[in-house]
Amino acid sequence: MPKRIIAGIQRVGHSTIEGIRRLGHATRFFLLVLLKSGTSLRRFNLVIRELFYVGVLSLIIIVVSGLFVGMVLGLQGYETLQKYGSESAVGTLVALSLVRELGPVVAALLFASRAGSAITAEIGLMKATEQLSAMGMMAVDPVARVVAPRFWAGVISMPLLAAIFSVMGVFGGYLVAVVFIGVDAGSFWSQMQSNVDFRIDILNGFIKSCFFGVAVTAIAVFEGYDSPPTAEGVSGATTRTVVTSSLVILGLDFILTAFMFRGL
Amino acid sequence: MSSETLVEISDLNFSYNTRRILNGVNMSMNRGQVIAIMGGSGSGKTTLLKLIGGEITPSSGYVKVSGQVIHELSRDALFAMRRKMGMLFQFGALFTDLSVFDNVAFQMREHTNLPESMIRDLVLMKLHAVGLRGAHHLMPAELSGGMARRVALARSIALDPMLIMFDEPFTGLDPISLSVIGSLIRRLTDALEMTSVIVTHDVQESLSIVDYVYFIADGVIAAHGTPDDVRASKAPFVHQFVHGETDGPVPFHYPAQTYLKDLQLEKTVA
Ligand SMILES: Nc1ncnc2c1ncn2[C@@H]1O[C@H](COP(=O)(O)OP(=O)(O)OP(=O)(O)O)[C@@H](O)[C@H]1O
Ligand SMILES: [Mg+2]
Repeated sequence: MPKRIIAGIQRVGHSTIEGIRRLGHATRFFLLVLLKSGTSLRRFNLVIRELFYVGVLSLIIIVVSGLFVGMVLGLQGYETLQKYGSESAVGTLVALSLVRELGPVVAALLFASRAGSAITAEIGLMKATEQLSAMGMMAVDPVARVVAPRFWAGVISMPLLAAIFSVMGVFGGYLVAVVFIGVDAGSFWSQMQSNVDFRIDILNGFIKSCFFGVAVTAIAVFEGYDSPPTAEGVSGATTRTVVTSSLVILGLDFILTAFMFRGL
Repeated sequence: MSSETLVEISDLNFSYNTRRILNGVNMSMNRGQVIAIMGGSGSGKTTLLKLIGGEITPSSGYVKVSGQVIHELSRDALFAMRRKMGMLFQFGALFTDLSVFDNVAFQMREHTNLPESMIRDLVLMKLHAVGLRGAHHLMPAELSGGMARRVALARSIALDPMLIMFDEPFTGLDPISLSVIGSLIRRLTDALEMTSVIVTHDVQESLSIVDYVYFIADGVIAAHGTPDDVRASKAPFVHQFVHGETDGPVPFHYPAQTYLKDLQLEKTVA
């Protein structure tokens, strides 16, 4: 019996140490990627190629989800607000929810599962098939040539995708509230305009999405580069990318919100 | 043929975790030579090439390439050295997101400022040498195993290195491509005064093109000599290998406990 307890404690200790080791490893790798970003900036067409795979191919899911989230917000918002006779505020509600929270957060969650997983799987497979070793043997640094362009493409795409998500959401809210239900268009837009502040709302939402972009792509490239060079290794790493990114996005969102909107 | 030493390996030891793979290997390779490394599966041939390329670090001993100890080089110096090396990986390792043409052009684009028109000519020449000029627009996924290997070979000679390591270049080739590739390696080595290291199981083909043969077994050089020495050798090890006999000193099995024990028959026997 005591043996089993000791073994249990050992396991907890082991996984704690292992987790901290990986965190340190990931941080070092992150700094390494930043350090070796020179090539990506000098040869920007490498980043542009990845922007297509990471950003452009994520567009459809972002546009469609944004539209539906906005439509649901419009519907729910109208149902609640009309009880208080303030259905004209539905525009404000839709816009503020999207710009401050849902835009950055939901877009980042979708981005992690669409683009993050793809980045991890691609880098992991390149490692498993010795393409990264082969590149190193050709005196080309795989971190500079393969990892850094994908990282920067993710960092650039994320805020843009979040913005597109919010725009589509506002349009969805407009469709439901104004076109279908018949809220006055003038008050819908003017209320939104006077209550959404550029610095407090839009800029903060933008800053959030930048943080999420860095976090998701950093996790994705690290998991790919660190994955065991086997089929199970790559599939496990892909799953970890989605799970870890999602948790980090939600945790980070809480911290950032606390800093940004506490005084309001 | 000049006899200047390009690669010198001295008392090289290497282990994966606690398993000893190489156990005091000594070799020397001259410019203008084609050298074959033979040995049973799992005897550490690929490991030896990785040590020469500096991908892994020996636990003791050293590899010197043109007078410099590989594992003591700084990262930049190692990369500078690797520009003069080519390596054909055992499983090809073509970049799957690039076409055949772009795979061969990869190093030219990364390391030189050659104009695109000249890169085009060079790439087509390299592909022509391996008989795949017509396949330059294909993606690696569209190639057969032997074709992929030949593209990888064209890629490894793209920048005319001074040292090329071929990890099983003949595997998966039909007899015709096999002798074409064999004589290509020979001709390149002579024309460019480079050094080629071939890891191979193809005893007959390699004996006809190489200058020197090393046999690895149990982590050491079990035998070495010129092809004529090898053919004439009476050493049981060499004889077994060259003639592909099942009985002899080379074990076919990976080290294990006794077969009886593994099948759990020992208890009943005892
Ligand atoms: N990454 C690794 N981790 C642990 N052990 C390894 C690793 N790679 C190879 N080995 C072990 O090292 C030994 C030598 O492997 P190596 O790949 O050098 O063999 P080889 O001579 O090239 O064999 P083959 O002719 O089958 O390609 C093998 O027994 C293998 O089990
Ligand atoms: Mg091998």
